[in-house]
Amino acid sequence: MQLWLIPILPLAGFLINGLFGRKFSKGLVSAVAIGSVVLSFLWVLKTIAAMGDLNTPVVEHYFTWIQSGTINVGCDFLVDRLTIVMLLVVTGIGSLIHVYSIGYMAHEHGPNFGGYYRFFAYLNLFMFFMLVLVLGASYLLLFVGWEGVGLCSYLLIGFYFDKKFATNAGNKAFIVNRIKNFGSLDFDKVFHQAASAPEWVLTTIGLLLMVGACGKSAQIPLYVWLPDAMAGPTPVSALIHAATMVTAGVYMTARSWVIFTHAPGAMDVIAIIGVTTALFAATIGLVQNDIKKVFAYSTVSQLGYMFIGIGSGAFSTGIYHLMTHAFFKALLFLGAGSVIHALSGEQDMRNMGGLRKKIPITFWTMACAWVAIAGVPPFDGFYSKDAILAAAYQHSHAIYWVGVFTACLTAFYVSRAMFMTFFGSYRGQAHPHESPAVMWVPLAVLAVLSLAGGWLFPIPEFLKAMFPAFEEATNPLLTYISVFAGLAGIGLAYLVYMVKPGMADALAQTFRAPYQLFYNKYFVDELYDNTVVRPLVGGSRMVLWKGVDAGLIDGIVNGVGARCRDVGSVLRLLQSGSIRSYATWVLFGSVALILAMGLFGGLQR
Amino acid sequence: MMTAVPISWFLTLSAILFALGVAGFLFRRNIITVFMSIELMLNAVNLSFVTFSYQHKDVSGHLFTFFVMVVAAAEAAVGLAIILTVFKNRSTLNVDDVNSMKN
Repeated sequence: MQLWLIPILPLAGFLINGLFGRKFSKGLVSAVAIGSVVLSFLWVLKTIAAMGDLNTPVVEHYFTWIQSGTINVGCDFLVDRLTIVMLLVVTGIGSLIHVYSIGYMAHEHGPNFGGYYRFFAYLNLFMFFMLVLVLGASYLLLFVGWEGVGLCSYLLIGFYFDKKFATNAGNKAFIVNRIKNFGSLDFDKVFHQAASAPEWVLTTIGLLLMVGACGKSAQIPLYVWLPDAMAGPTPVSALIHAATMVTAGVYMTARSWVIFTHAPGAMDVIAIIGVTTALFAATIGLVQNDIKKVFAYSTVSQLGYMFIGIGSGAFSTGIYHLMTHAFFKALLFLGAGSVIHALSGEQDMRNMGGLRKKIPITFWTMACAWVAIAGVPPFDGFYSKDAILAAAYQHSHAIYWVGVFTACLTAFYVSRAMFMTFFGSYRGQAHPHESPAVMWVPLAVLAVLSLAGGWLFPIPEFLKAMFPAFEEATNPLLTYISVFAGLAGIGLAYLVYMVKPGMADALAQTFRAPYQLFYNKYFVDELYDNTVVRPLVGGSRMVLWKGVDAGLIDGIVNGVGARCRDVGSVLRLLQSGSIRSYATWVLFGSVALILAMGLFGGLQR
Repeated sequence: MMTAVPISWFLTLSAILFALGVAGFLFRRNIITVFMSIELMLNAVNLSFVTFSYQHKDVSGHLFTFFVMVVAAAEAAVGLAIILTVFKNRSTLNVDDVNSMKN
C-alpha cells in the first residue's frame, strides 16, 4: 500500500525547500510545497480507494526500531477508519491552507521567519510530523510526531518560550508507565493487555495521557499557550493552532479508547475538564477585541467540546467535532487572515466595521463558518455539537446544561466578531481591498465544507465499528434546545451590536467586575505568573543558582582547592629543607617500624 | 670453626655502631664528623651483611658488602673534594653555615 509515501512527500518538500529554497523563485517554492502536500492528499485518497471496505486495518511494518529484552518497537504505520478521518482532515485542509499561504505570505517580510521558502519548508515539515503522529502504529511513533509538531509550531511562531513543557513531562511519564506495565508500545498489544490490567493502573495511565492531551489540545489548566501562539502568521494559526496540531490530544485520547473505557474515573475527569474549559474560554472570547484572540479562545472552547464528547464515552462524536471544527475554524482563521490582509495588518475589531461591502467574498465565506459554528441547522456545527451534547446528556445532565449555555456563548461571540467586523460603519484608516483568488478559493472550498461537511461526512456512522457501541439519544427536545441556544446567542449579539450599538458599552459599564474579569482572561496569566513563573524564576535564582550552583557545585570545587591549600600549609612545615630534620623523620619512621614489627611478631609467615 | 662468638653479638655491635652513626649524623655540626658518621653507618650495615651471609652460608651478603665499600670509596672521594672546596670558599666546616641552598 506504500503508506510511507504519505508522510515522506511533505518531508521531501521540506528538504527540497529547506536546502535549496534560497535559490528558488517564489513560484517554484510554492509549487514544491503545495505539490508535495497535494500529492500526499491524493495518495491518501488512493490508499482509501485501495482499502475496499475499510473494516480491516492496514498495518505496514518497515523496520524494527528498538529491540531490548521484551520490548520490541517497530516502525509501523497503521491505517484504519479513525486514521482515515484524520488523514483526510490533515492533508485536505493542509493543502488548502498551503494554497492560501501563497497569497497571505506574498508581502510578508517579518523578522521572525527570514524568508518565504523557510516558511513553506516549516509548513511541510509540520505536515510530515503530523502525518507520522496520525499514522504511527505505536505510542512511540505517535510521540515522535507529537514532539515534532510541537517543534514546528515553535519554529513557525518564532517564539522564545514554549509553555508546553507539561505536555512533554506528561507524555514521558506515560511512556515510562506504558513500558513498565505492558512491555510493549504497539497499540494492538497494549489494548489487548489493557483489558486484564488492574483499574488503578489504567486510571493512572489515562490521567497521564490526559495531562499530555490537555497540554497539546490547550485544555485547562494548560491552555494559556494557545492564545499566545496566535502571534504567528495567520495560516499557521489556522493550520496548526486550530485545525490539526491541537487536535492531536483529542486524537490520542480517542485512539486510546480501550484504556479509557476501562478507566471510568479518567473519563469523568476528561469530561469535567472539557466542559470547564469550554465555558471558561467562551466567556473570555466574549470580550476580546483582537479578532484572532476571539477565534483563539473559541478554539480552546471548541476543543473543550471535543473532550466533553470523549469524556462522555462517545469517542466518535469527539472526532466528528474535530473534523467539523477543522473546517469552520480553519475558515474563520483564514477569513480573519483575509480581513487582516485587507486592512494591512489591523487586528483590532474596534477599528473595523462595514467591511461587508468592501470585501464581499471574505464576508460571505466567513458567514458560512459563522452559521456553522453557531450550530444553525443543517450546517457543520449543528451536527457535531448536537451529537456531543446528546452524549453529554446521557452522561451527566449538569455537563449538558453547561454545554448548552456555552453553545449560546459561542454563537454570541462569533456573531459579535462578525457584526463588529462586517456591519455598521467603517471605523479604521486603512483602505480595504479584496484578497486575491489564491486566498479566496481555499476560503470558498472551506465554506462549502463548513456548510455541508457535517451532512456529507457522518463520522459517527463511519466510525461505528471502531468504538464501543454508544446509545444515541433520539430526543428531539435536546436538538431544539441546542438550536435555540445557538439562535439565542446570535439574536442577543444582533440586539447588542446592531439594534442598539451603544448597548455593549453600557453593559460593560453595568457589569464592570465580570467584564474586567473576562477581559483580563480571569487574570490567569497573572496567576500563573505569580504562582508558577515567578516562583520558578525566583526559585531558580535563589535555590538553583545561588544555592545549588554557587553554593554547592562551586562550593565543592572551590572547597577541594581550599582544603588542599590548608593541608598543604600544614604539610609544608615538614618540608623544612634541612637534611637533618629529614633524617630525624627517617629515624622516627624506622624506629616506629621496628617497634611495630617487634610488637606484632616481625615478618613471620 | 671459629665459633664461640654468638651471632647476636655481631648484630648487637652492628646496631650500636649504626646508632652511633645516626647520633653523630643528627647532632654533630662539623661536616667531616657528619661524613664519618655516614661511613660508620655504612660499615655497621656491612657488618650485618657479613654476619647474615656467614649464618646463611650465602655469598650474596659478601657481594653487597663489596658494593657498599665501592660506593663508600667513591663517596669519600667526591665528598672530601666537596668539603675541601667548601672550606676554601667559606672558611668554615659548620653545616648550618653552608645552608644557602635552602630558600
